[in-house]
Amino acid sequence: MSLITLIPLFPLLGFLINGIGFRKVPNSLVGIIGSAAALASFACALSLFLNFSGTPQLVHVFDWITVGKLNIAMSFQIDQLSLLMLLIITGVGSLIHIYSIGYMHHDEGFGKFFAFLNLFLFFMLLLVMGSNYVVMFIGWEGVGLCSYLLIGFWNKNVNYGAAARKAFIMNRIGDLGFLLGIFLIIAHFGSVEYADVFGKVAEGGYLSGDKTLVAITLLLFVGAMGKSAQIPLYTWLPDAMAGPTPVSALIHAATMVTAGIYMIIRSNIMYSLAPETLEVVAWVGLATAVFAASIGLFQNDIKKVLAYSTVSQLGYMFMGLGVMAYSSSFFHVMTHAFFKALLFLGAGSVIHAMSDEQDIRSMGGLRKKLPITFITFLIATIAISGIPPFAGFFSKDEILAHVYEHNKLMWAFGLLGSIMTSFYMFRLLFLTFFGEFRGTKEQEHHLHESPLTMTAPLMVLAVLSAIAGFFNLPHIFGGHAGLAEFMAPLFAHSHVETAEVSESTEIMLMVISVVAALASAIVAYVIYVSKKAVPAADGAESGLQKVIYNKYYIDELYDAVFVKPISALSTFFHDVIDFLGIDLIVESIGKLVKTLSAEARLLQNGTTGFYLFAMVLSIVALLAWGLQGFFF
Amino acid sequence: MLTLSLIFLPIVAGLLTLTTKGENAKTLASLAAFAELVLGGYAYCTFVPNATSQFAYSHSWIANAGINFSVGIDGISLILVSLTTLVVPFIILSTFNLRYKNPSVFYALILFMQAALVGVFTAKDAFLFYFFFEAALIPIYFIAAIWGGENRIKVTFKFFVYTLFGSLFMLLALVYLYLETPGTHSSEITAFYDIASSLDLKEQSLLFGAFFIAFAIKMPLFPFHTWQPDTYVEAPTAGTMLLSGVMLKMGTYGLIRLLLPIVPLGVQHWGMVAVILSVIGIVYGSIIAIQQKDMKRLIAYSSFAHVGLMAAGIFSGTLDGIQGALIQMVAHGINVVGLFFVVEIIQQRTKSRVLDTLGGITQTTPLLTVTFIILMLGSVALPLTNGFVGEFLLLKGVYEYNAWAGAIAGLTIILGAVYMLRLVQKSMFGPTTSLTEGFADLTLSEKATLFPLAFMVILFGLAPNIFLTVSEPAVAQLLTLISK
Repeated sequence: MSLITLIPLFPLLGFLINGIGFRKVPNSLVGIIGSAAALASFACALSLFLNFSGTPQLVHVFDWITVGKLNIAMSFQIDQLSLLMLLIITGVGSLIHIYSIGYMHHDEGFGKFFAFLNLFLFFMLLLVMGSNYVVMFIGWEGVGLCSYLLIGFWNKNVNYGAAARKAFIMNRIGDLGFLLGIFLIIAHFGSVEYADVFGKVAEGGYLSGDKTLVAITLLLFVGAMGKSAQIPLYTWLPDAMAGPTPVSALIHAATMVTAGIYMIIRSNIMYSLAPETLEVVAWVGLATAVFAASIGLFQNDIKKVLAYSTVSQLGYMFMGLGVMAYSSSFFHVMTHAFFKALLFLGAGSVIHAMSDEQDIRSMGGLRKKLPITFITFLIATIAISGIPPFAGFFSKDEILAHVYEHNKLMWAFGLLGSIMTSFYMFRLLFLTFFGEFRGTKEQEHHLHESPLTMTAPLMVLAVLSAIAGFFNLPHIFGGHAGLAEFMAPLFAHSHVETAEVSESTEIMLMVISVVAALASAIVAYVIYVSKKAVPAADGAESGLQKVIYNKYYIDELYDAVFVKPISALSTFFHDVIDFLGIDLIVESIGKLVKTLSAEARLLQNGTTGFYLFAMVLSIVALLAWGLQGFFF
Repeated sequence: MLTLSLIFLPIVAGLLTLTTKGENAKTLASLAAFAELVLGGYAYCTFVPNATSQFAYSHSWIANAGINFSVGIDGISLILVSLTTLVVPFIILSTFNLRYKNPSVFYALILFMQAALVGVFTAKDAFLFYFFFEAALIPIYFIAAIWGGENRIKVTFKFFVYTLFGSLFMLLALVYLYLETPGTHSSEITAFYDIASSLDLKEQSLLFGAFFIAFAIKMPLFPFHTWQPDTYVEAPTAGTMLLSGVMLKMGTYGLIRLLLPIVPLGVQHWGMVAVILSVIGIVYGSIIAIQQKDMKRLIAYSSFAHVGLMAAGIFSGTLDGIQGALIQMVAHGINVVGLFFVVEIIQQRTKSRVLDTLGGITQTTPLLTVTFIILMLGSVALPLTNGFVGEFLLLKGVYEYNAWAGAIAGLTIILGAVYMLRLVQKSMFGPTTSLTEGFADLTLSEKATLFPLAFMVILFGLAPNIFLTVSEPAVAQLLTLISK
């Protein structure tokens, strides 16, 4: 069995052992099995990466669905893109598994948790390893299932269940788009294999703006909007914070939610020929980036702030894709995986120390009691805010530079978003770790730094958040854009038209965004540290702030526009059309028969029993007549 | 002879069951059903995957009219025979915790029903098909009318009016076709195929209408469905399983076996209407399912929605659509039998099927929870479960036929998730209620029923070619008839 097949197999085995053996495998072993599965996959992925020759490798596992000329195989493709995704998924995944040993050790569903986490890895690996769109779809829906199971992990709580269901259903809306995209791909290219489809696009002489390609790419993008929480399908992600915090870090920040970006980069040859779609992608990304950042400004739940931040950062990635800065977007996927996973795990460490408190209004001054958590959280905050030399600065600036060349207005909005990012992140940092402690005496008494299983992953991620920028260091800083170079073969056949950004412009843009981010951080410092402001209690907000705090009432809007009307329709169909409409007709036919038959009472007494009896008799008679042939 | 054995084994066993006293009926019936499963498995293993009809048997029935007792198994029949033989043993097993009055009659009726179903799926003579199609109605009628719930009399009457009404049209159509056959007349189904090209559009349209109504009521399709939720709810659960797991497939099978190849011109002209009605049914049924309070009723409406998709796939007249429908018939049979059994278990323990009174069952039932979730996932067509393959191929077939119809039919993957997740969450999750406190996990016979069903959900999702390769030659040949 090749190394490639082993990668998804390890987590699958981990899932089966911990799943079937739930409550039988001792807890001490559960965490080891789960983490070992993730680490083993990471080792395989690393080995593949180090020995990668540059040409894609295909592994055919088995034929899955065969109908007519269409054969959908379970098969894997290892190339630059899947390798990078594999490293991120299994690498960050391993760290989060290890962290969970500490974070979840009190939980009675410990074994179940690791089983689900392994299952998630399995599906996520299928998603990025598949050599065709249907295997991607398996992974796509599979991670959705795991997301559902893990959001609703504490299933006694009805609200968590509702959040889980919302996530699954919103994702399914996107999945329908994905599925229709696959059908169109099959109808047009006769295959779902990447190699076949992209080969045909490359040789097919398609013009830019080809209608079929625009349709395919738009449909696929609908799928991406669901999975990667873009407007209008983003509202599930903030609610998804109901799940245990390691889940938020792994699934709802570092890996699953970037699947949409993976999908577009994978299909870049089609997207590059569909400028209309790209424009939609860019604007949806921008709108999401700014809109979500603005909601993040006034949230008081530590995880909610991070959730809206994730939605917003994903928006930046899509904006980058929209201007065909594919490798820059991917760069941001990678750095974001590090610093956002770190932020969530840091938040988890805080929540752990605070006895499950998530409201930052009750925190404050934690930096003395949780020094490692504080330092690592600080690094991540600087990284996400785009302050050099940490990772986020390089990746976000690359995207913004490309956006600037594409459309200045878009860039200006993007900058606005990044100013807000810096503000809400430093607000979060200051309210949590600076000033006086605002919680209860009991909580204060309880405060403690987390155990090593939790702080070690924080430290590793902090190092990565600090240095990851150098993986793709631009030429002006003496780097050679290593990541972009590595990924270049993925775009070899695409008509990628990105304008070169001149060095002077690049430096100017960087200076502007760094100054803006710093200014924003300083404002946050003045408000929340110098002036010791604490956000108002719930219900005390007013005006625009209240609207934003309530997330622009988008959930209420969806409820009024979709949920309530469908419920009403359901009642109408059932009570009116079925009962008063169709049934009445049927019953009157039945009654008519009865009335008419009253005339012929001797033969028909109007009861079903009699009809049936007559029918049985005649059938028996018929059969008997036939049986003559059998016996005589 | 194999086909004949498949039909007569349950009949003989059923007659023997009638002579038993007390709980012996249960044992005998389950042994018979497992023996039948072995026979079905043997048929599957020895079947040569080509387009011919195999294990054929023919005997003169009504000799001077050219009507024969003619049966055989081709790839399409084999799928349905597999389904029937696979599902019935588990339906019988599912009743092991129950004590019905007159058990000998109850179990004999189930076996008779199985015989009639196998007969429908293997008949090569149109009148024999009709005979079995009607004969299957009798046991289920009595099962519902004798062992059903409070409203059973009113509901079974409605059920009966509907089905009788539909059958009459089919009988008329068959007689008409029979009289059209040349020479001394023949009622072989293939003889009807041969005269298809001699029928003009008007004849084909009328025949299309007659067949459509008969099968649409059986499945049921919108707007012929109002007997279905009531009957499913009122029938004892074993009866509901028979109805939804196997019997409704008589309708979809009839579409494939009779309607498509006999009136291809009619399909060309009226197929779109049928697809529209089917697609309406998908959305309509799903939306109603969303608000149902009774678990059984909820699954009944979901079944109605699923069957709409099968019909739309069949009327698309594409290879994907029909292959998808066939594999979905098997998947749906397994899933719906499993789901109804879960409801039965909950009802036995809590005396309630009302979602609002339930909740928190999972806290004491890891095994029930896992199997319920697997069945639910099969039902919402998650990839790598049996439901996905069918739904994928069906939607693809409908999409090829008409992209908009495909897109609207695709709403099933969203709406299906809405009502199925609600079903699971409201019963299993959340806080416990007075009814669900201390809910006991699966007993041995319940495990023996649910574990194999859950296993099949995954197995057929991983290896759908088990069925697809068997039926493809027969379906491909059928399609050449249609395109002629």
